[in-house]
Amino acid sequence: MNFDKLEKLGQDEQARQDKFRRRVFCCTSTACLSAGAGQTKTALDQAKAALKGDEHEAEIVPTGCMGLCSQGPLVRVEGKEQEPLLYGNVTAEVAQQIFTRHVPTDVVGEELEHDEFDGVSAHDIPHFRASLRQAEKKKQLEKYIIPLDSPFFAKQVRIVLTETGQINPDKLEDYLAHGGYKSLARVLTEMSPKEVCDEILASGLRGRGGAGFPTGLKWNLVLQEESAKKFVIVNGDEGDPGAYMDRTVMEDDPHRVLEGMIICAYAVGASYGYFYIRGEYPIAIQRIRRALRAARRRGILGKSVLGSEFSFNADVRIGAGAFVCGEETALIHSVEGKRGMPRMRPPYPSAAGLWNAPTVINNVETMANISSIINQGAEWYAGIGTEKSKGTKVFALAGHLRNTGLIEVPMGITLGEIVYEMGGGVPGGHEFKAAQTGGPSGGCIPSQFIESPVDYENLKTLGSIMGSGGLVIIDDSTSMPEFARFFMDFCVDESCGKCVPCRVGTVQIRAMLDKLLSGDGVPEDLGKLERLCQLVRSTSLCGLGQSAPNPVLSTLKYFRPEYEALLKVPASSELVTEAAQGINQEADEEVTRD
Amino acid sequence: MNKQEHPSGDERYQAIDLTMKLLNYEKDALLEVLNTAQESFGYLSEELLIYVANQLSVPLSRVYGVATFYHMFTFSPLGEHNCIICTGTACHVKGSERIVQALAEEFAIEAGGTTPDGLFSLTTARCLGSCGLAPVVVVDGTVSAKETAEGIKRRVKEIISLARDARVVVAEAA
Repeated sequence: MNFDKLEKLGQDEQARQDKFRRRVFCCTSTACLSAGAGQTKTALDQAKAALKGDEHEAEIVPTGCMGLCSQGPLVRVEGKEQEPLLYGNVTAEVAQQIFTRHVPTDVVGEELEHDEFDGVSAHDIPHFRASLRQAEKKKQLEKYIIPLDSPFFAKQVRIVLTETGQINPDKLEDYLAHGGYKSLARVLTEMSPKEVCDEILASGLRGRGGAGFPTGLKWNLVLQEESAKKFVIVNGDEGDPGAYMDRTVMEDDPHRVLEGMIICAYAVGASYGYFYIRGEYPIAIQRIRRALRAARRRGILGKSVLGSEFSFNADVRIGAGAFVCGEETALIHSVEGKRGMPRMRPPYPSAAGLWNAPTVINNVETMANISSIINQGAEWYAGIGTEKSKGTKVFALAGHLRNTGLIEVPMGITLGEIVYEMGGGVPGGHEFKAAQTGGPSGGCIPSQFIESPVDYENLKTLGSIMGSGGLVIIDDSTSMPEFARFFMDFCVDESCGKCVPCRVGTVQIRAMLDKLLSGDGVPEDLGKLERLCQLVRSTSLCGLGQSAPNPVLSTLKYFRPEYEALLKVPASSELVTEAAQGINQEADEEVTRD
Repeated sequence: MNKQEHPSGDERYQAIDLTMKLLNYEKDALLEVLNTAQESFGYLSEELLIYVANQLSVPLSRVYGVATFYHMFTFSPLGEHNCIICTGTACHVKGSERIVQALAEEFAIEAGGTTPDGLFSLTTARCLGSCGLAPVVVVDGTVSAKETAEGIKRRVKEIISLARDARVVVAEAA
C-alpha cells in the first residue's frame, strides 16, 4: 500500500470522527486502570448504549495517559460547541453523570409536575426541564473539573506526547488522522539515508535513555558500517523504579514509536528490528504487537515499505526483569536469549551489536521524537531547549507533591517551576527537601538548587543525571541516608555479578550504610564510604556499577549533617571493639589495593 | 523442524509448544519460551526446564542459568492468594515498606515467601509504573492505589480467613 491510500484512510477516519457532536475520552493507561478506569469506561459505554436517538451524539474513545495520574481515572469531553473539559477522580457513577450532563437525553414523555414550570408554555417544558437539569448536574460536577489552563498543563510542550491522550492507541487510522506516517513517507520519497542522519544530528536530539549520546551521531556510525545485516533495537526495558514514560508512550502511541523506528532503519540501512520491552508491561507489549500487525497489514512493514524499495520488519522481545538490561550490550545478550550481562566496549554495538551485526539501540522516547523532527524540521526542534540539550523531556513526576503524573517540558525549565508551579508544591505542611532524578543511577538535588535549569549538563554538574525521566520529589520527612540505602539495596539486587567492583562493592557500601543507620558508625566511616564509592564508580565494567554510588555520593555531598548525626559521639569511638577494628582495617586495605 | 509436542496434551504445555513453534524452535527464543512457561504454569519446575532444554536443544545448564538470572522467573508455586507490593521509589517514599512489614508480621513470612499452608504469598515488585498513585498494591490481580498498611492488612486477612473457612468446609464434606 502506498502512502496516498494510507492518507485516505486517515481522512476517512477524520470524517467519521467529525460526524460526532462530542467525543468523550476515557484514559485507559495503566495508572488510571489501577484507579478503576475499567469501570469508568464500562459506565460510559453503557450510557452511550442506552442513548436513544442519534448515535452521533457522542463517541466514547479509550485513550492513553492524560498526564495527571494522581487524579485518575480521567475523562475528557470535547465537542463542537464547547471548550474541552477534563474531569478527575471519575468513578463509574460520576462517569454516568458526566455523560448525561453533556449529552441531552430524551426528555419527551416524562411527567410534568413541578411548579417551576409555571408560566412556561407546554411546548417548551421538556426543553426547560432539560436545561434545568443540565444546570443542576453542572453544579454537582464542578468539583471534578480540572482546569486545563493550570500550570500542570499550560507549562508543557508536547512533542513525544502529542497524540497521547488524544487517540485510540489500538487504531492505526486514528494515528493516520493525526498526520501519522507522513514523516516516513517523506523520508522514503524525498530523503537519502545520509540526509536523514544529518537532519537528526542537526536537530541536536540526544539519547533519552539517560546518557545523552547524540542520536544523529549514533545513526551516522551505523550507516558508515558495511554489513549485509544491520539491526535496530528500541529499548523499552524501563527498569528504573519511579519512571514510566516509555511505558506510557508504548501503550498510548505505539505507532509513533514504530514510525521513528522505521525511519531509523531506513537511515542506517537496517532490515530488521526489535522492540525490547519489560515483561512487567503486559499492556505495552500487547499494544506494540497490535501496532506491528496493523502496520504489516497496511504495508508499513514488510517488503517494500509504503511501496518503496526499502524493506523492513520488526518483532517484540520480552525482557524478564533485569535492570542491567538497560545497558546496551547486556540488552543485546538478552535479545539473543542469554543472561543479560554486559561486555567490554569497544567494540560498540554500532560496529558489532546483535549477532555481531551493526546495531542501533535507541530508547523509546528518543524514537518517539523522530517523526516530529522530520515533519517540522531540525531547526524547529533545535529552537526548543538549551544550548546543549535540545527539545523536550518527559518526566514521571512522583513523590511528595500535590500533582503527580506525566509531564513533557522543554529542556532548561527550572526545578522550581516543576515542583511549585506544575507539581503544586509539597502537601501536608512539609517542606521540599530534594528532587531525585535518574533513579538508582542518579542523585538527589537539594532545595538550594531550585532555580537551576534541568538539562543534561547541569544535572551532571549537580552530581545527578538526567536519567530516563524519573523525578521523585521528597519532603523533609525523608531521611537521606535511609533513602540512599534504598537505592543501594536495589543495586545490590540488580548487579549482574560479572565484575568485582560492582558485585562486591555495592554489597560493601550497603553494609557500611547499615552500620551507620544502626548507630554504630564512627567518624572515619564517612571518608571510607566516600572512597569506596569513588572506587566502585571508577572501576566498574558498565553503567550500572559506575553510577550505583551516585545516590550515596550526592546525599553525602549535600546532606552530610544527616550522616554525621548518625555517628556515635566521638568519645565513644574508643569503645569500638578490636574485632570491629580488624574488619575496618580489612576494608581499608581493600580500598587501597585499587 | 518437526518436534514432538508434549505427550500429556496439557493445555499449559500446549501454550509452550505453540510459542516454540511460532519461533521456529530458535535457541535465541529461550526467553520468550520461558516467559510463556512462567505465565502458563505460574512457576518454572525442574521438569519444565528440562522439557524446554530438550525441545530447543539447549544445554540444561544454559536454560537454568538464564532462568535464574531474571527476576520474573520463579521456581516454586505461589500461594492460593497473593499480594504484590510495589517497592519502587515513589511507593517507597510514600511508605510501601510499612505495608510490606505489616503483612510480613501478620502472616509470619518474609517478602517473597508463602505461608506453610500455601494460602498466601507476599511478593514485592520493583516498580509497577503507577507512581502517581503510590503506594500501589495488587491483591489477587486487582490493582489498588493510594493504599495504607492497615487497609491492606484488613483486606488480606479477610480473604485468607474466608479461604481457610472454605477449606474446612471442603474437608468436612470429604
